[in-house]
Amino acid sequence: MSPHVDTPISSTAEREAVIRSAGLAPDEDWVIVTRGIQRDYDMGGEVVHALRGVDLAIRRNEYVAIMGPSGSGKSTLMNLIGCLDTPTAGEYWLNGMLVSDMSDDELARVRNREIGFVFQTFNLLPRATALHNVELPLVYAGVPSQERKRRATEALERVQLGDRAHHRPNELSGGQRQRVAIARALVNNPAILLADEPTGNLDSGTSSEIMRVFDVLAAEGQTVIMVTHEADIAANARRIVVLRDGRISSDERRDTFAQRVALAQAAH
Amino acid sequence: MPFVEAIRLALSQIRAHKLKSFFTLLGVTIGVMFLIAVVAVINGMGRYMEEEFAGKLMGVNTFTLRHRPYFEMNTTDEEWRSYARRPRIFLHDVEPVVKALPPDVMWAIESRDNIPVSTKDMRPRDVEAFAVDGSFFEIRNLNVATGRLIAPHEFASGSKVVVIGQDVKQRFFPTTEALGRELRIGGVPYRIIGVMEEQGSVFGLSVDKFVVGPMNSPLARLLNRRFGVIDGIILKSSSMQGMRDGMERVRQVMRGRHKLRPAQPDNFSIETTESALTFWAKIENILVMAGIVLPALGLVVGAIVIMNIMLVAVAQRTREIGIRKSLGARRRDILSQFLVEAATLSTIGAVFGILFGIGLAALVAKVSPMPASVAPWSVVTSVILGAGVGIISGMYPAARAARLDPIVALRQE
Repeated sequence: MSPHVDTPISSTAEREAVIRSAGLAPDEDWVIVTRGIQRDYDMGGEVVHALRGVDLAIRRNEYVAIMGPSGSGKSTLMNLIGCLDTPTAGEYWLNGMLVSDMSDDELARVRNREIGFVFQTFNLLPRATALHNVELPLVYAGVPSQERKRRATEALERVQLGDRAHHRPNELSGGQRQRVAIARALVNNPAILLADEPTGNLDSGTSSEIMRVFDVLAAEGQTVIMVTHEADIAANARRIVVLRDGRISSDERRDTFAQRVALAQAAH
Repeated sequence: MPFVEAIRLALSQIRAHKLKSFFTLLGVTIGVMFLIAVVAVINGMGRYMEEEFAGKLMGVNTFTLRHRPYFEMNTTDEEWRSYARRPRIFLHDVEPVVKALPPDVMWAIESRDNIPVSTKDMRPRDVEAFAVDGSFFEIRNLNVATGRLIAPHEFASGSKVVVIGQDVKQRFFPTTEALGRELRIGGVPYRIIGVMEEQGSVFGLSVDKFVVGPMNSPLARLLNRRFGVIDGIILKSSSMQGMRDGMERVRQVMRGRHKLRPAQPDNFSIETTESALTFWAKIENILVMAGIVLPALGLVVGAIVIMNIMLVAVAQRTREIGIRKSLGARRRDILSQFLVEAATLSTIGAVFGILFGIGLAALVAKVSPMPASVAPWSVVTSVILGAGVGIISGMYPAARAARLDPIVALRQE
């Protein structure tokens, strides 16, 4: 494990305070604040409550893992945080903007500027080179071609793939592909890096290589939110949020979480 | 997404699926190809009409008085009956008409028909026979290649002499001298005194298959059974204004001679080169309509194919759309991406169509008597049409792509 700079983690009391002031924009220190967000799906007449009121507050520079068994609502929460979806009820503030009321095009803009996605299946465009894949968010941000190339090259160098810029995804290994995806996520300097099972398709060696990339980014001050169901992957984060049945069942520091898990296992 | 980016993307898509793109383009290519070729042929014929045909057949600043119009189409039965009731033009109309005009106006009279001619040793063949008087050769701009024209005294006395066109010479006297020989028309021998210069052809039909004899000779009776009847009086002024004035004077003279009351319409026709061109313009419109319908069918088929291909492309690239949306593509970015792709595809099809169409037009001009000349407007129209077909047929698939929910699209395998 690389040495961590122990970034500050918001205390429970601070979080309670920011969550309770409903309707007010949180101060700029808070990257993500959700106040009682719910998400219902209408499955052919039957309403499914995927999220039943989630209160979550994440400070800038935090490194958070969101865990939970399948069906716990963690994918729904990730889609909401990632602005791919809007809540049925509740407030979602991202980087000082009330995202929960936004139109499709405004959400697209927020995804472009504020969020860097890293997916389990990489989601690179197969026909495009690594460089072009990394350039994509800049294309939609309207950055001119020259600058796009420069910034994309820099981002690739940040993940040690400067020499693979002109390779296509099928010419790269799984770990390299995921690093291209990370470069793409970082290229537009997003407020949050949002990773969905980033190591789900990788072997354990490559997984730890990718986790080291996240560690370094977090140490450099990048806010990282990672959705995973693997405890050892989540253990890389500084703070662990566990969802169960559409609600947060626990939200604590990694060490507290680890102690509690160890105690629970011992009692078993 | 910037336009240039969208086009680059579209081109790379097309390059990635060459065969599929080729079939997609086919409909548009064929449609545009026929459009270009058909319009080229029509255009070529039109130019031909203006530059050659009208001049050859009518001459500039020339107008003709006839009892019914020569250049007319879509004549109704009613009109036909009214033409048949009209009085004919007679020899005794010539003097009053010519007298009403200034002395610088040249005049000629003609009767014409397709009748068989022969020689002693050759079987009869149909030729265009003219019985004429006045300055026929000057007005028609006809010159002899060998021999001489009909002399004034021969016109006056109705001598049995003829001048013949190059085709008639070639047919009856392919190897021998024609001058001084006999040509039999309606059983009467005529002496050949001149062979005319070659005129060429109009739409592949020779205009050199003619014989011209004096109006006073027995030839006139073969062409117009009624004594004293002629087909028309041809008048040529030295200027456009002179022609306009002349036409009006002739009209007044003829109305007087036919004793028409002011309310009655003319019962004769005065035609100019313009009439011939108006006549052509009418034919041209019909041809253009026909020429548009066929390529239009091709374009409709092309549009349907493109729409289908684009729908397939949207389905196949759902995940790509999801990725792009997750990275910040707005609806209109996705919409324009697919629209530009469809438009680029069909514009490329149109460009191929233009090239093939130009080739086809050149081929038609070469192997058939029809002249063809590619109209610049048809090229411009084709490009616009190509892009338009792409945009229209890309609209629905692109809208579907743009409406996709990014979450659903990302889940697609």
